[in-house]
Amino acid sequence: MTQETRRNLTRQFVEGLSVEKGEPAWMRLHREHCLSVFEQSRLPRFGPDLSQLDFTDLSFYARPVDPVQRWEDLPDEIRRTFNALRLPEAEQKALAGLGAQVDSEVVYRSLLAEVRAQGVIFASMDTAVREYPWIRDYFMKAIPPEDNKFAALHGAVWSGGTFIWVPPGVEVAVPLQAYYRMQTEAVGQFEHTLIVAEPGSSVHYIEGCSAPRFARSSLHSGMVEIFAKEGAKVRFTTVQNWSKNVYNLNNKRALAHAGATVDWVSGSLGSKVTMLYPTTVLLGPSARTENLSFTFSQDGMWLDSGARALHRAPDTTSRLISRSVVQGSGRSVFRGTVHVYPQAKGAKAHVECSTLLLTPDAKTETIPILNAETDDVELGHEATVGRVSQDQLFYLMSRGLSQAQAMSLIVNGFVSPILKEIPLEYSIELKGLLEMSFEKAIG
Amino acid sequence: MPVLSVEDLHVSVGGKPVLRGVDLALEPGRVHALMGPNGSGKSTLALSLAGSPGYAVTRGRAILDGQDLLPLPPNERARKGLFLGFQYPPEIEGVSLREFLRLACAERGQGFCEFHKSYPQAIGQLRMEAFDGRELNVGFSGGEKKRAELLQLYLLRPKVALLDEPDSGVDVDALKLIAGAIRDLAEGGAGVLIITHYPRILDHVPLSDVFVLDGGRIVEHGGPELANRIGEQGFEVVRG
Repeated sequence: MTQETRRNLTRQFVEGLSVEKGEPAWMRLHREHCLSVFEQSRLPRFGPDLSQLDFTDLSFYARPVDPVQRWEDLPDEIRRTFNALRLPEAEQKALAGLGAQVDSEVVYRSLLAEVRAQGVIFASMDTAVREYPWIRDYFMKAIPPEDNKFAALHGAVWSGGTFIWVPPGVEVAVPLQAYYRMQTEAVGQFEHTLIVAEPGSSVHYIEGCSAPRFARSSLHSGMVEIFAKEGAKVRFTTVQNWSKNVYNLNNKRALAHAGATVDWVSGSLGSKVTMLYPTTVLLGPSARTENLSFTFSQDGMWLDSGARALHRAPDTTSRLISRSVVQGSGRSVFRGTVHVYPQAKGAKAHVECSTLLLTPDAKTETIPILNAETDDVELGHEATVGRVSQDQLFYLMSRGLSQAQAMSLIVNGFVSPILKEIPLEYSIELKGLLEMSFEKAIG
Repeated sequence: MPVLSVEDLHVSVGGKPVLRGVDLALEPGRVHALMGPNGSGKSTLALSLAGSPGYAVTRGRAILDGQDLLPLPPNERARKGLFLGFQYPPEIEGVSLREFLRLACAERGQGFCEFHKSYPQAIGQLRMEAFDGRELNVGFSGGEKKRAELLQLYLLRPKVALLDEPDSGVDVDALKLIAGAIRDLAEGGAGVLIITHYPRILDHVPLSDVFVLDGGRIVEHGGPELANRIGEQGFEVVRG
């Protein structure tokens, strides 16, 4: 197939995409419906300024690379990138399965034979939509297009992404991973990730993201939907290091049934603007969720992130923890929302956000919203904002560490409650990225 | 020849002169004491030698190995072999004591393998097994912080150690451990300066010199007997 990019967001484009992908009729109709919702809806009325995001200057589909069976068959530039990201190495050592997507299409995918033998499905979303008609019962059922403009856009033009199905009682011992790379200038990437964990199963999924820097802005608007059935455990880890011309506007939502656990772990270091508020709906009794988020906003960035827990059943538990580091003219906003419905007696929720400001003009805001419609709840909230103390810096420097090392040690320490939850390969990469940005900032 | 020579050091804090011409020399392999009443400038001397921001050197030099330390940033002073044991070490959350020490030792040229050997040995020697795995000074009692400073001193093997009240808040067993480590350090050739109000610790170390700081100047320099006289009669003995 030839390399190509397509720009105009029209009904013909959306239909054509569906036809070419060989999708069932329901998906084509879904895309068309989403497009009309998109056209009728407005940009979010809160958070960062999106007026510079030009929908007419974006390619909504780009396919710079053909899919391959082996790493060696990828074009040199992409292969070098993936090697530098040490994906083949991670695949060998630490993963049960790996997918890699460039712009709109998945170009590489693997799954360990023993995990396949357990009955686990780990497929590209495009393939899954063709092969498993029952996906219709899940696809955009957690996040309907009416939810927000970017959910609607995503539904109209989505391409690529991951589908995971874990059979009842199956525990996937090692993580599955996907890597998303935006390679073309002024492109939109709209991968869809759907995880269905049947009763008593467990799975850990990791996604990493990056893009080279271009002059024109790009848009990443992925969607993640997780269905954790009775007693299932799903952990979803994201590490994003988008370049500073990327608008990263995502939708992530999980439905947790009785006794299920859903954990979101995320590290955000890049992008020009991020809007990301992973949500867990605690649908069944004793369901639990944890959201651990770490953001690092540097010059010119606005990371607007948060977490939402909606308690719809008794004895449900949520813990929303964030650590934000802000440097230069960066801005960080954390929106922690907990809503306890009347029937959710015995619910427990804890929201904790701490911010470390590295420079005088760094800006931060925390917006906690805790609502309870029953008295039988335990809600806790803590927020702190601090600066790196001169005493700490001097102390570490008096032991021989450079200012950049001292700074990065203090910042690493501050984010360590989140960092230690991130798999080792990534936490090492994150530490390295932090250190690099301090070397650069201090000179 | 002294390992550290402080010459005519003037230091202001917040625009106010605190040190007004300090002259002092530390000999290698010897333990020195710096005594003086509250507010005489003892901590200012230690902090300004280590390069703490907010301590403005207005005149003077501090020569270590033929080079003036005072124009250097704190980390380069440390790399040349200067160590300050803090009176009030800050707590640094999320940073493990061990990881921090590994980095600091690497800056002093100790490789990973060397650290791998020296760290458990030091922990054992100073009976600090319970500190392993803890965060740097976080939740440490006053005495524990002093022992953690000592562990750093022990591993970093400086040429010059300025110890700001290493004895405050420690029990008698810890005091003996601290004194033992100071003795070892001096025997290894380092010049040590102990800043203290009380001569208690000085009974446990082979003291050679005592300096008395008052009003921002060294007003008296003598042998160990000077510490005893101050212990018995207070700082009046050195005042006209």
